[in-house]
Amino acid sequence: MTASAIEVKTRAGSAKRRSPRVSPLILAFVFVPFAVEAVWVFWPALQGFWLSLTNWDGLSAPTFVGFGNFGDMVSDPIFRTALKNTAIWLVLFGGLSVAGGFGMALLLQKERRGVGIYRAALFTPVVFSLVVTALIWRVFYQPDGLVDSVLRGVGLGDLVRPWLADPDTALYAVIVPALWRQIGYVMVLYLAGLKAVDPALYEAARMDGASALQRTRYVTIPQLKGVNSVVLSVIVIDSLRSFDIVWSMTKGGPYHSSELLSTYMYSTAFQSTQLGYASAIAVVIFLLALAVILGYLIRAFREET
Amino acid sequence: MSNRLKTGGYHLAMGLVSFLWVAPILWVVVISFRSFDDVAANGLGSLPHSFTFSTYVQAWQDADEFRALVNSLLVTIPAVLLSLGLASIAAYGLARYNIPFRRTVLLLMLMGNLLPPQILLIPISRFVELIGYYDTLIALIAVHVGFGLGFYTFVLHGFMRDLPKEIQEAATIDGAGPGKIFASVILPLTRPALAALGALSFTWIFNDLLWSITVIRSGDKMPVTPALLGLQGLFVSSWNVIAAGTVIAAVPTVAVFLKFQKHFVGGLAIGAVK
Repeated sequence: MTASAIEVKTRAGSAKRRSPRVSPLILAFVFVPFAVEAVWVFWPALQGFWLSLTNWDGLSAPTFVGFGNFGDMVSDPIFRTALKNTAIWLVLFGGLSVAGGFGMALLLQKERRGVGIYRAALFTPVVFSLVVTALIWRVFYQPDGLVDSVLRGVGLGDLVRPWLADPDTALYAVIVPALWRQIGYVMVLYLAGLKAVDPALYEAARMDGASALQRTRYVTIPQLKGVNSVVLSVIVIDSLRSFDIVWSMTKGGPYHSSELLSTYMYSTAFQSTQLGYASAIAVVIFLLALAVILGYLIRAFREET
Repeated sequence: MSNRLKTGGYHLAMGLVSFLWVAPILWVVVISFRSFDDVAANGLGSLPHSFTFSTYVQAWQDADEFRALVNSLLVTIPAVLLSLGLASIAAYGLARYNIPFRRTVLLLMLMGNLLPPQILLIPISRFVELIGYYDTLIALIAVHVGFGLGFYTFVLHGFMRDLPKEIQEAATIDGAGPGKIFASVILPLTRPALAALGALSFTWIFNDLLWSITVIRSGDKMPVTPALLGLQGLFVSSWNVIAAGTVIAAVPTVAVFLKFQKHFVGGLAIGAVK
């Protein structure tokens, strides 16, 4: 133990002595990709923040209005709907995909006959784009589609409605396909996490007479702390970014009933060309994600050292 | 006896769940082979009474999904190669050499990838217009490369950092420069991570909607994912043709997934086990 520590120390020392300067090639190796990202991400991001403080129609020069755009949001009913829907989205889409994904991972963690097929079935939708997912489900929701046929078949015919065109159901009719795709993804994350749990812990718990439920509660869940925080970050960041599925199914309608902040931002920017106000909505999305982004970064870099 | 009952119940329940999960896909595949008259007469919810390939011909030719697929590949393949190439040289420099501010650089690069894309949409659409690349596939490639770089660099950095020091020292003693060490020692050892990221980034870029509709306007330049949305306008209520188009658009990512299954799932799990 001490011997190897000394060895490491001397090696580090000699490496420093041998290469005091980094070769220009290596500097270029790091600089070029960094510059590419700077041009396509950092610089536009800074512009985005600045634009959020302006009024801009895209034709004349932007005029500085301070925090005026953020003030306007307070009295904008569509913004409030979008914010509320984003919160619903976070809770339902996020919560149910974690619950479903974790549950499925628990059920499918043990290697046994058939498990491979079940995992593959649950995972298949993850491969599709959200647009493909949206179209698959639009076929379902069509009048006289399968959903309606099944409901009529089991005698619940009076529930039938234009699912995506009814403001009361549109948002939830979009969440279902999003969940269909996300549960398999979360399941894979948890399966990887469960695999990393030391089997000896289960053995010990079993010896102490813990039931399956108790083992899950007191061994599995605490051991999955790391995975839980990754899943949480992924889910929150994904939820706030969610755009494709809503845009492909309802475009945020009808009457903004399925509007999320991301879709409202897009239509404000590219359909009504209020570029300053749209940037301000983007900043709100960023601020909502900020805590999670920072948490993710801190965790990622704690493990770096 | 009760154990066997339990096993049977487990398989019955899981089999049912699995079936329900794949059923939407199967159902759309079935609809894609039905004729228009059949759908019109019996509705989308009924069992098929016909079998035709004409839906696929229509989607492929009339809607020009062929061109959309070509566009998708013209964007996806260069974007994957470029972003993984750039990410691996950056990761190599950051992981294996004592570069000033390396942690800050890595932190910034990862942070860039975690930003919500919404904050970038307006400035980027303006920027590509300014440099004369609005409505070109090149702009779309550049956006994907720039936005993906941070994450790929971070993952590859973690992977390269864990390679043993000795191999690099041995190559240095043999007189290999940093470029040679990268190409002939480090890169070959990074192949599993590159394969995982390659499979993942292929599907991410191929499946993208937001950047495509932000940077591209002309229908004939649209990749297949956004073009699929246009199909809805083109074939109003011809859901059998739309279903065929959907199947066509899904085939490439399914193919990549089947070919790189292990890498793909492994890639998704990167970071989950940390």
